[in-house]
Amino acid sequence: MKIEVRHLTRIEGHAHLIVDLDAGEVRDCRLEVVESPRFFEGMLVGRHINDVAAIVARICGVCSNSHTLVSLAASEAAMGIEISNQTKRLRRLLAYGEILQSHLLQLYFMAIPDYLGVNSILPLAKTRRDLVSRALRLKKMANTLCQCIGGRAVHPVTLRPGGFATLPTPAALQAVRKEMVAALPDLEATVDLFLSLPVHPFERETEYFSLAPESGYPLFGEQLISSDGVDLPVQDFRDGVKEYLVPHSTAKFARLTRNEFMVGPLARYKNGAARLSPMAKQVSKALGLTLETVNPYHALRARLVEVVHCVEEAIHLIDETLINGLSDETPAFDIKEGRGCAAVEAPRGTLFHCYEYDESGCIIKADCIIPTGQNLGNIEADLRALVPQLLELPREEMTLRLEALVRAYDPCISCSTHLLKIDFV
Amino acid sequence: MKPRIGFFDFTGCEGCQLSVLNLESEFLELLELVEFVEFREVITGNGGALDIAFVEGSICRDDEVVRLRTIRERSRNLVALGACADTAGVNALATASSPEALRQKIYGCETPLLKTFPPSPLSDFVDVDARIPGCPIDGREFLAVLQALLMGRPPELPAYSLCVECKLAELPCTFEHGEICLGPVTRAGCDALCLRGGDRCRGCRGLIDAPRSAPYRKILEQNGLSVDEILREFRTFNVIDKGRS
Repeated sequence: MKIEVRHLTRIEGHAHLIVDLDAGEVRDCRLEVVESPRFFEGMLVGRHINDVAAIVARICGVCSNSHTLVSLAASEAAMGIEISNQTKRLRRLLAYGEILQSHLLQLYFMAIPDYLGVNSILPLAKTRRDLVSRALRLKKMANTLCQCIGGRAVHPVTLRPGGFATLPTPAALQAVRKEMVAALPDLEATVDLFLSLPVHPFERETEYFSLAPESGYPLFGEQLISSDGVDLPVQDFRDGVKEYLVPHSTAKFARLTRNEFMVGPLARYKNGAARLSPMAKQVSKALGLTLETVNPYHALRARLVEVVHCVEEAIHLIDETLINGLSDETPAFDIKEGRGCAAVEAPRGTLFHCYEYDESGCIIKADCIIPTGQNLGNIEADLRALVPQLLELPREEMTLRLEALVRAYDPCISCSTHLLKIDFV
Repeated sequence: MKPRIGFFDFTGCEGCQLSVLNLESEFLELLELVEFVEFREVITGNGGALDIAFVEGSICRDDEVVRLRTIRERSRNLVALGACADTAGVNALATASSPEALRQKIYGCETPLLKTFPPSPLSDFVDVDARIPGCPIDGREFLAVLQALLMGRPPELPAYSLCVECKLAELPCTFEHGEICLGPVTRAGCDALCLRGGDRCRGCRGLIDAPRSAPYRKILEQNGLSVDEILREFRTFNVIDKGRS
């Protein structure tokens, strides 16, 4: 029996899911990433520091803010540029907005249809108008936050190496805050909705990798940790994360301590749950999420916990920003040669950019490691372990379970095929 | 029966489809007006004839050409959605070196999936009935083009340059800070969003229909910039001599 789902839907980008069974034995099981490669790392060569962030944002529409943030941090590390506390606060707000945008889109538009027995939430506009309206309201709240800080919800325009070209107005920040507070009942309803949805049974322990929760729940930082004891500075991440190419994919796979590992909401949860906001801790408890979980389907609930965390933290951070006041700072720095790496927790996991600049401030070499690329090996290992447990199910049901597993990782194929670089062995 | 519309993507970031989904306030009304039959990012299932196909992304592989032609055959209207589909967009940067050289540099090997040609706009392979420029598209412009097509009249894009919108916003000219700006030759319609945000115009909406190069060259000379510098800037979002820009 062969299960073949071509152009798997409700994920970002193009991938085929292939499972080949022979008398109950899994002969083959793979996620074929067929999206065309885009060679961003090659395209960056020769580009000036002031252009780099605007170009790399285009790697991915869904996480353009994360790419912008990590790109600026890598450029700043390369040239030794310090950023102000005001810039740090505003960038953090944008990072929260990014996670909210992406997570809410994934939960409501990509994941939920699997559990409600529909092919999309759009047909529910008639029968479940409350649900669809709520999804749109929440998504709008996240976009308003990103727009307020970045000037646009997709591909931000206000950020610069060293700071911001334009700042949000206090009135705009207050308006966002209001929208976020008003979203709390919608979040409560979302938690209730998820409590009513089943979590498919499946367990497979793996290595969980994220930024260390040094200064709070993993988001920005200088240190990486894993559940297998990896403790590595971001600057040396290449010593830990090894990429490799497989013939069926235009995205590169990666390994850490074991042959595969996981990044993203569930990995962050397992590594940093102690640093969640008070409301997020309550929600995590209500959803029955524990540190012991090794069920990848739980990533959905971890995503929802992170949504609550980001909303609560963003509200406090807006207050802090308003109390401190916003002052115009002209980002100024000296162009010099150098090399710098940075990491940020993007919605799907740890995102790395590494740049080498010449003395005129142009890129000599760029290297980017994408969360989905890191997760691909783990997704395939999960599929290999899960398929034998589902043999009793009708074929259609089994296919749905497998698709739901892939979606639980929220793979972002545009990202993973666009920034890959190989050290050939 | 409601008009049937579909969304498709090739080489790109899906940011333009996302910008359609980001029309939160208008989305429920949109659902009353048209039927979304295909939208891989949020709908499972496909098939059948379409009144309008919105296609995002550039074309850079033979199998993509085949898929694009199939979409064309079953669609009454085909719309290039965003810069990558319209002018090759940011993918245009890849045309600066050969696909072989890039492939070798990034992946270090050859496999069939990696066999690509320089990213090209849709109009190189199929008839395109309408276009929505920008990286990403502007949601309001999407609605305007959709409305025109549904009413059976040709969609119109602004024929004037971005400088008009920039001046209306009372922004200082970017050249005055010694930066290159593609505003004088770029099609308006974005309400000078990047300039309002403190950035310059990088030309993501493509050239206006009849750009006047002589006065532009003069602006460049006055500001001590060369044609080479401007071309380099232009190549970020546009392939020279490609697309209908």
